[in-house]
Amino acid sequence: MSISRRTLLRNTAALGAFAGAGLPHIWIKNADLAYAAGGEIKVGVLFSLTGTTAIIEESLNKATLLAIEEINAAGGIKGSKIVPIVEDPASDPATFSEKARKLVVGDKCVSVFGSYTSASRKAVLPVFERQNNLYWYPTLYEGRECSKNVIYTGAVPNQQQDEFVPWLVKKFGKKFYLIGSNYIYPKEENNYCKKLLEKLGGEVVAEEYVPLGHSEFSSVINKIRSTQPNVIFSTVVGDSVVALHRQYKAAGLDPEKMPMASLTTSENEVAAMGGEAAAGHFTSAPYFMVHKSPENEKFVEAYKKRWGADKVTHFVSEACYFQTYLFKQAVEKLATSDLTPPNIRDAVKGQEVTAPQGKVRIEPENLHTWLWPKIAQAKSNGQFEILVEAKDWLKPVPYAAYPGQSCTEKGLVEKS
Amino acid sequence: MDQLIEQIVTGLSIGSILLLVALGLSIIYGSMGIINLAHGEFVMLGAYAAWVFHTYLGLGLLASLVPIFLVVATFGWVIERYVLSLLNNRPLDTILATWGVGIMLQQAVRLMVGSELRYVQLPPALADSMNVFGIPISSYRVFLFVVSIALFGATWVLMNRTTVGMKLRAIIQDRSVAASFGINAKRVYALTFAYGAGLAGLAGALVSPLKSVSPDMGTGYVVDAFMVVVLGGVQSLAGTVASAFILGELSGGIAFLQNDTVAKTIVLLAIVVLIRFRPEGLFTARVRA
Repeated sequence: MSISRRTLLRNTAALGAFAGAGLPHIWIKNADLAYAAGGEIKVGVLFSLTGTTAIIEESLNKATLLAIEEINAAGGIKGSKIVPIVEDPASDPATFSEKARKLVVGDKCVSVFGSYTSASRKAVLPVFERQNNLYWYPTLYEGRECSKNVIYTGAVPNQQQDEFVPWLVKKFGKKFYLIGSNYIYPKEENNYCKKLLEKLGGEVVAEEYVPLGHSEFSSVINKIRSTQPNVIFSTVVGDSVVALHRQYKAAGLDPEKMPMASLTTSENEVAAMGGEAAAGHFTSAPYFMVHKSPENEKFVEAYKKRWGADKVTHFVSEACYFQTYLFKQAVEKLATSDLTPPNIRDAVKGQEVTAPQGKVRIEPENLHTWLWPKIAQAKSNGQFEILVEAKDWLKPVPYAAYPGQSCTEKGLVEKS
Repeated sequence: MDQLIEQIVTGLSIGSILLLVALGLSIIYGSMGIINLAHGEFVMLGAYAAWVFHTYLGLGLLASLVPIFLVVATFGWVIERYVLSLLNNRPLDTILATWGVGIMLQQAVRLMVGSELRYVQLPPALADSMNVFGIPISSYRVFLFVVSIALFGATWVLMNRTTVGMKLRAIIQDRSVAASFGINAKRVYALTFAYGAGLAGLAGALVSPLKSVSPDMGTGYVVDAFMVVVLGGVQSLAGTVASAFILGELSGGIAFLQNDTVAKTIVLLAIVVLIRFRPEGLFTARVRA
């Protein structure tokens, strides 16, 4: 077969035209598939491994990685492995935002698991909203947020307090001393607590905030002595929790008469303050390490086996663990070519998973989670004893303290 | 009335902890003129030493105080000998160097033992509370008060009644003249720095059962310590004591009437204003320059 110069030219041109039309198509398709390229699904893991809050975020990193390893060991998600890209935002909101952008834009992660503090969540929020990516936030927090790009798997105020505050009033009395660290979370929680107390005819004898990291509570203890509340309602966080409990104990106050009721004291803090300082005080949370369920036994055993026998699990690390499984379920529902952050978000709406605390569900309206409130008392062995378990899971209401406002699929709605 | 006494006792307790933390800095900054930004990290090392002795060797806090002092003092000695003295103890260079040392110590601890909060047990014999002037107060706080006064006494004797102290005072007045009298300035400086570091370590160990132990715990203490020393007046040990108790009473009192956030703000503001009008601090030892 002889090829004339003219045919060759024509054919080359045709090929060029075909390539011109065809290649972009391939490129675009590749861009679609980039989220699940080569049998790998990339996710970001964004917890501080250094800096102030590394104390707790390290355990969140560990729980997330444990769940990812378990999913991969069981064959991944429809044959694709989850590849965690771990970044250390060093407890600094600005670094959080920078690392989030790197994970979303640079690494093309399909979702990012991260944050402990509200400050760091607020810092990354613009990144996820602008890039239309998806952030999975495991911490209990103050509510009053409504984003289509965040899945909230921790408790909001109504899930920690609706049962807790009436129970405390009934058991100990109506006089509350509110003490918290000086930032947004304790203020919003106390705001809600005051609303509940108002309904119950309770009384707030003092509302006080100490600087973050504060460790000298003598004057606070004097005030507690002079106001004689029935309950000390504490939203103090971090190492201040430890100092407050130890100084309370050393001052000779009695938890049987004037217990501290905390929304933030977990097994993690109890280990640092010592069981004798924690014993007798109360915490409300959806999860405690001693909770009896086959899922929790498996979780605690796997966690200890992977990270050390002296390690504890707590209500935030549990959320890290189950939210990774929720991610898996959502991805499973999608065809590989449909794997994008907004599709995962839509797929996770209404998803249920049997978590260590019980069966949880993502509320389609506000992307928060239906959880199982529990009230527990700390024991001197460093564990809790669960005294009250909710009979039913509780709907998340992120705007519970703000009547007329509610978070819906369309965003924040205000009824006038 | 009861409340007033209660508040005064509380202030004394806060003051004694401030004194404990500031004493080491007072020696190093006040006598040697070195602005030791790693002071907080020496406090932290002491707290971790207490944790290590308790967890791995089963030693109680009281039994491990002397070894802790020696361990942290050795650290101080090494840092003076191999970092600061090579910079000829020049103020600006040493600020930067001690800051860097502080960061390294903090990260080293984080890498070696992790960043979780650690637990140091309260000595069981001092775990209860006792009555002072009819006010219930933690026995351990009373113990801290006694220890801080005792350490101050020991330091005062060391500075004013021993040969080492005399040599140090001679060097402070005029290093070259002191050297021409045959005083080994390098050695005295290294020992003084080690002693100051050891005191900081003791402070860390002693406060750890009341507070918490974490790699970055030093940051708060170094601020407190500088406030005390600057207010009290450099080169004045007695001034350090007085200012520790003044600050203790002041912040305790304001925290009682208002809250701790306000107390912190007002105390810092008061110090800034005072330094503006009395840059040498409240009490100054008269030294021939």
